Amino acid sequence: MDTSMLLVVGLLMIAVAYFAGRTRSISLASGVGGVKNLNSLPFYYGALTALWCGIPSFILLAIWLIFDDFFIAQIIVQTLPDHVKDMSDAELGLLMDTVANVAQNSTMGLSTEPHILQAAERLSALQQTNQMAMTVAFLSAGIILMLAAWLKIHTSMRARVHVELAFKWVLLGCACIAIFTTIGIVLSVLFESLKFFQAVPFTDFVFGMEWSPQMAIRSDQVGGSGAFGAIPLFAGTMLISMIAMLIAVPAGLMAAIYLAEYAHPKVRNIIKPVLEVLAGVPTVVYGFFAALTVAPFLRDSGAIIGLDVSSESALAAGLVMGVMIIPFVSSLSDDVITAVPQSLRDGSFGLGATQSETIKKVVIPAALPGIVGGVLLAVSRAIGETMIVVMAAGLAAHLTANPLESVTTVTVQIVKLLVGDQEFNSPKTLSAFALGLMLFTVTLILNFIALQVVKKYREQYE
Amino acid sequence: MQAVNQNNAATDDSAELKLPSDDQATQHKFDGKTVGHPLSDNPKMSMRNVNVFYGEKQAIFNVDLDIAQNQVIAMIGPSGCGKSTFLRCLNRMNDTIESCSVTGEFILDKQDIYHPKQDIVPLRARVGMVFQKPNPFPKSIYENVAYGPKIHGLASRRAELDEIVEVSLRKAGLWEEVKDRLHSPGTGLSGGQQQRLCIARSIAVSPEVILMDEPCSALDPIATAKIEELIAELKENFTIAIVTHSMQQAARVSDRTAYFHLGKLVEVNDTKRVFTNPEHDLTEAYITGRFG
Amino acid sequence: MKQSSNNSTLDKVNQSLARRYRAEKRFKAYGIAAILFGITCLIVLFTDIIGKGHSAFFQTYVYLEVTMDSEQLYINDPSDPQQIAAADYQGVIKAALRERFPEASSRRDRRALYALVSNGAGFKLRGQLEADPTLLNQTIGLWMLVDDDVDTYYKSRGEDGESGFDGRLNEKQIGWVESFIADGYMESRFNTTFFTSGDSREPEQAGILGAMAGSLFTLLVTILLSFPIGVAAAVYLEEYAPRNRFTEFIEININNLAAVPSIIFGLLGLSIFIGFFEMHRSIPLVGGLVLTLMTLPTIIISSRAAMKAVPPSIRDAAYGLGASKMQVVIHHVIPLAMPGMLTGAIIGIAQALGETAPLLMIGMVAFVVDIPGGVTDPATALPVQIFLWSDSPERAFVERTSAAIMVLLAVLISMNTLAVWLRKRLERRW
Repeated sequence: MDTSMLLVVGLLMIAVAYFAGRTRSISLASGVGGVKNLNSLPFYYGALTALWCGIPSFILLAIWLIFDDFFIAQIIVQTLPDHVKDMSDAELGLLMDTVANVAQNSTMGLSTEPHILQAAERLSALQQTNQMAMTVAFLSAGIILMLAAWLKIHTSMRARVHVELAFKWVLLGCACIAIFTTIGIVLSVLFESLKFFQAVPFTDFVFGMEWSPQMAIRSDQVGGSGAFGAIPLFAGTMLISMIAMLIAVPAGLMAAIYLAEYAHPKVRNIIKPVLEVLAGVPTVVYGFFAALTVAPFLRDSGAIIGLDVSSESALAAGLVMGVMIIPFVSSLSDDVITAVPQSLRDGSFGLGATQSETIKKVVIPAALPGIVGGVLLAVSRAIGETMIVVMAAGLAAHLTANPLESVTTVTVQIVKLLVGDQEFNSPKTLSAFALGLMLFTVTLILNFIALQVVKKYREQYE
Repeated sequence: MQAVNQNNAATDDSAELKLPSDDQATQHKFDGKTVGHPLSDNPKMSMRNVNVFYGEKQAIFNVDLDIAQNQVIAMIGPSGCGKSTFLRCLNRMNDTIESCSVTGEFILDKQDIYHPKQDIVPLRARVGMVFQKPNPFPKSIYENVAYGPKIHGLASRRAELDEIVEVSLRKAGLWEEVKDRLHSPGTGLSGGQQQRLCIARSIAVSPEVILMDEPCSALDPIATAKIEELIAELKENFTIAIVTHSMQQAARVSDRTAYFHLGKLVEVNDTKRVFTNPEHDLTEAYITGRFG
Repeated sequence: MKQSSNNSTLDKVNQSLARRYRAEKRFKAYGIAAILFGITCLIVLFTDIIGKGHSAFFQTYVYLEVTMDSEQLYINDPSDPQQIAAADYQGVIKAALRERFPEASSRRDRRALYALVSNGAGFKLRGQLEADPTLLNQTIGLWMLVDDDVDTYYKSRGEDGESGFDGRLNEKQIGWVESFIADGYMESRFNTTFFTSGDSREPEQAGILGAMAGSLFTLLVTILLSFPIGVAAAVYLEEYAPRNRFTEFIEININNLAAVPSIIFGLLGLSIFIGFFEMHRSIPLVGGLVLTLMTLPTIIISSRAAMKAVPPSIRDAAYGLGASKMQVVIHHVIPLAMPGMLTGAIIGIAQALGETAPLLMIGMVAFVVDIPGGVTDPATALPVQIFLWSDSPERAFVERTSAAIMVLLAVLISMNTLAVWLRKRLERRW
């Protein structure tokens, strides 16, 4: 049976286990005067039987599926002729791919070398045996455990307690996925980055002034050229983010103040969702808008007043990114402004302050920590934004503070380095992970600080 | 399950009693010993050395009390005196509050309900509860009453379930009012009806004890009168513990009355005795309305 | 004494009053300006995209009379499906074009002439012949797709035939097109190709069906995984978790993941799912897994908020009857919180639908012509298709990109409207 079939059969088996357990508990109950004299409802006996049948056998299947390819490959490699075994890992990997291809399309004469054909035959045979063994192991584990659980059912068995415990552990497992995701992110970027830093020193990467990864195509060139200096990327990222924040913070904050303090509830109920549409527009759409409308417009209007504006100017990307972030800033600020207690405002009004004076002197200072937290989150968002800059910002790394010139960013380079054909383990590819590590670290710190600040702020007014 | 430094705590706290004036405070010294007859010859539940803490704060101090079979016991006292806390201990509803810890002995028919191996599900099937605010599930009237029997597997056939629902609604005096709209939402009933629905929902599980936590505090006088009548009828089949802030209500519905004061049980006596000739000064001060 | 001091305060206040009210007005104006700025941006964005994209919903067709000459088609046995499938339909179309414009005699002119009709027109001819083999050796009139340059020219030219965008068309080609137009042999029709075919190098044959299917499969994986897992995690945190360091750690993780840039999730997918678990690149399954991890925090956070809104008295009532924790959760808390959880899930899924960067990382940017049929077929997604097309130089791709954006925005707006409607309609007020 192939794996998807096995999954279906496994699910069927679980269903059978459920009904078997349930039925047995009901028939046992009739001996003691009805279901109410059972320790738990029949459902729990069924569920318990199903759990015993399903969980161990599916875990077995998962482990088997993860490791079987590895072991089969080991066996095949063992039987290869000696001159092949001595090849480097990469060559061996290529050879194994060929073997797998030959084994899959036995009719197509992909290779003529006898040892490959032999290996391919052995591979097919092993795969068949493996599939058989897996089927037998999976089904027998399920059936034996189902029977064992079924036989153990008796009227005073605390099935509910067991099922509830299993339920709780499943929930805990789901909650822990967040932790695993973080660990996965850290491991994946850290692991590849460490490999990269073996080729290119960390200091060269962080303090280097020149970025041109395209130079390091040949392996003997690695690191020597010093082409992996990330300063221009950081500078470009900061430039674009700064332009974005110059748009987003004043506009977002003023919009939030107006909506929270001045606007009539009816107006507010209309304007707020309309502004939030801006946040719902996918970033790829903003990228398209920036690249095909805003950038040409800036270039042309620059030409009219005699300014030389690049068609991939930082300004275009920054402006559009700023517009994208406006609703983000405004909804976060709106939350913190409305959380400021009315009593503070009343105190100020009571002294005869105007509304704007109250807002400027009382509400904003009180809400400041929350607003700062929100702005930090917005900065982290701008730094990590990818599609707008991929589509509207440049590729070449220039170290400049002029917003009319073209700059590139960390995220642009990650995309450019990893999209398309790539060889794993070349410094060029690995450098993308090093950039990813930088990006993750910086955004993590920003987020963490921002969340702490906002949390403190909320506790203050609760 | 040991009592925590019984006498010290008691005397220290009695000095802190918040009374109207100093000279009254001296009259109402309370030495921590419950006066009257906290114990009973025929107890359904008996509690000994009960102490309850919310985190660091102690809410109940060394309470000994018996709840007699097929009797109504009323627990009265000023707000914050711990009467509700004590009631919620009786079916371990306090388990849902994380910071709450309970010590002492709680015996229900010779069974320790705080025993580590005690399953709270069958316990709560035996000791039901009616809450301060009517809290029907947002389901139909029928489903509300049928929910308990369903989760405990009390009915194996639909007809059986129907019967349980009808009997429970009849006992709660609600059947005539709702029999034509059993499948309309329980939340659509009036406040008093909702509370009787909640009582019907508790009865449907056929508990042995029903705990009522100020069941009439959210109701108007007419609805209150109906619930009180109902309590008098239910007494025949169930043991009832009711917490109330209304002394008139306690006087009307209960057989025995327990007076709590700042987490301590001051006096337990026959209801008639408590309201006519209270043994303790504090009780007298409370029932005569000098504080509360 | 007291009177005069009061008066002087009043005087001072009155003196500054005008200035203060001006400041008040200015401040209010800033707020209105900020809102107007946001709304203007939104309007500019939408009009720009609709202005660029609306024309893509129409496609120019040209009427040609084609002789299904069996010799030209190299068909000697019309009953053989293989011959019919492999026949040279482009040849007969070329012949028809030559017949109409005999003046195009040089090699270069002929090539220019052939370029007027899309090279996908042959497939239509094949379809006709496959459906009705008796058409062989007959002359049939057919409306055929024109090349994208002609399409662009036709759409941009005014009624008078002036000022069309000629792009890569030369004088002669324009003459031929004008002759078709003069004879009424060219017309605009609803562009069904756009909704029924996959990607193509030729703009006139390119459609979004493949990308839509890719997005659908990706989202299917995302929904099936992220909703149950998200709700389960929220139930644990809201109903079960003790208040301790570990729970706090989980919560910090979730809150931080909600703010991690999406491209980082792409890196995770690339090195874990593709690098470590050796899954294939470019498949919706991996895309769905990555988007699941990305959407989970949103779903968990909104589900928790929905469960918090279920009043504790309902839980008390159920506990009081002897319901177990699992029964309280499954019978009461989850059903009551469901509208809120669904709303959050729809918003999260809508975000995932618009997400591009992580999908680039896991290789869903490949040029895929075939419509994917499952979660393990190579595919691209609608936003990625937009990204790919926006890179193409042809003007006809610009309008198709905008049209694809319109479709994407329409889907997103309907999803969000559904979420708002659900919240308004089903959410219970306690």
